[in-house]
Amino acid sequence: MRSGGQGTSRIGLAGNIGGVLALAVVAVAVAGPLLAPHGPMALDLRARLAAPYPGHLLGTDEFGRDILSRLIFGARVSILVALSTVAVAMVVGVGFGLLAGYLRGWTDRIIGTLNDALLAFPGLLLALGIMAVAGASAGAMVLALGLAFAPAVLRVTRSAVLSLREREFVEASRVMGNSEGITMWRHVLPNALAPLIVLATSMFGWAILAESALSFLGLGVPPPAPSWGNMLAAARPYIQEAPWLIVLPGLCISATLLGANLLGDALRDLLDPRMRT
Amino acid sequence: MIRFIGLRLVMAVPTLLMVTVAVFVMMRLVTGDPASVMLGELATEDMVARLRESMGLDKPLPQQYLLWIGDLVRGDFGRSISNNQPVLPVILERFRLSALIVIVAVTLAALIAVPLGLLTAWRQGSVWDVSTVAASTLFLSLPSFWLGLMILLVFGLKLGWFPVLGTVGAIGGGWAIVGAIAMPVLTLLLIEIGAILRMTRASAVEVLRQEYITHARAKGLSEAVVLRRHTFPNAFAPTWTLIGLILGALLGGIAVVETVFTIPGLGRLLVQAIFERDYPVVQGCILLIALTYVVINLVVDVTYPLFDPRVAT
Repeated sequence: MRSGGQGTSRIGLAGNIGGVLALAVVAVAVAGPLLAPHGPMALDLRARLAAPYPGHLLGTDEFGRDILSRLIFGARVSILVALSTVAVAMVVGVGFGLLAGYLRGWTDRIIGTLNDALLAFPGLLLALGIMAVAGASAGAMVLALGLAFAPAVLRVTRSAVLSLREREFVEASRVMGNSEGITMWRHVLPNALAPLIVLATSMFGWAILAESALSFLGLGVPPPAPSWGNMLAAARPYIQEAPWLIVLPGLCISATLLGANLLGDALRDLLDPRMRT
Repeated sequence: MIRFIGLRLVMAVPTLLMVTVAVFVMMRLVTGDPASVMLGELATEDMVARLRESMGLDKPLPQQYLLWIGDLVRGDFGRSISNNQPVLPVILERFRLSALIVIVAVTLAALIAVPLGLLTAWRQGSVWDVSTVAASTLFLSLPSFWLGLMILLVFGLKLGWFPVLGTVGAIGGGWAIVGAIAMPVLTLLLIEIGAILRMTRASAVEVLRQEYITHARAKGLSEAVVLRRHTFPNAFAPTWTLIGLILGALLGGIAVVETVFTIPGLGRLLVQAIFERDYPVVQGCILLIALTYVVINLVVDVTYPLFDPRVAT
């Protein structure tokens, strides 16, 4: 246990910064259409590759599209993809993790072997493989990243359930005549939530990063729809003439990622003392 | 100890097999019928049927899988659809470059981050500790491709220290290769120092709380000896595992950094092959990286008792 105010307040500060960053990005994404001065696809052919000036506060790209507006709409795309990815990973991972941890026996062995096979691939590689099968689109990417992240969720859920299922209150629920399904849902899952929330927060950051990486490679969100990753990819040839095209989307990704990392660290300290660093 | 290593080696066999099954299934899902993909749209049904027979595609799937494994073991990874060259020599050539970048970056990162991690843990709560940890968290939050572009912008274009477009031609060997891989190595290095430092610091903080550290200090040992002989050996095991994971993850995501610096490595080849629907090459790249990842994890597992003898008993 950590005692004394100094350590706690430092973690609190970092956590707060993370929370504010994450909230700010989500708020911008939600309020997007109200904030953006131009449409994300609106062309201004007189101002191509323009440096920041009052007409276009953050400059324009090679088609004269307003960067500020594209960044704001890009936030919507990136965050939507990241949240959906986390949701897919959670549903798949928690579902199979509960099954494996609770039923044990052959179910556990089969699920465990399949999970180990997926874990034998680096996450981004697995996603690349699935994208090669499915073709580049936002939906395919959510599926690919969700499946790539699910094994970690499955592992955490399974080990939490394995330690919980022998506890008295779970036994009590069974003795009271509750079905296995209800016992899992009401008594096992809520007690496995803490490590899962910590994992989900970090996963949100990884998903933002992976989405921008795949889009950067041209295998994610297809243009002309703006995403932070595909904006960077499109800006790559203009790195010398228009460096702001490179700097700005990267700052957005980094700020979101930093927010998720700080928040994840703080939540881990708060909710899961065993993983405390 | 021998028993432990033997057990780990045996346990790796099903994982390796599952990896090949996963890649096989994945590629069959895409191609459906590799024969018609290889011959293109102009092929007659008769030609497709003959190729199917010669490739063994008319046999049942499990038998096809076994034939395929047989080919892999003999080093036959098939031929590229786009240029009809054997896949294995090409991907091995590309792999050398990617592996060089990743290994140099992670080795340097570990050499820098492990001592720094110990020092920050030793001075936990000091300004130096807080600022180092803040800096590593910050660098951990930078996407590798963006940091790479920034380094390219500053060191390549503005300062002109490293060749920007020379990277492709410079892959000859000798000193030229140092200039070619300097910027990608620096990119990965800056990010991974953060990860390794945080892990080393976290486990060293735990170790420094132990009574044997107090005891070592009470014996009058100098702080340097306490850190080197008593803290480091007990705190290194988790970092060792992390280094293995990082090696694998970097190899899996190397395409991104290679794209930034136009380096003809394995990752670049994989992405190009995905675009060109050159499935034998895609399959070869994914298989090679996944197998390397399994082997790295195996090596980390097997060598883990060197740093934490408790697990081998």
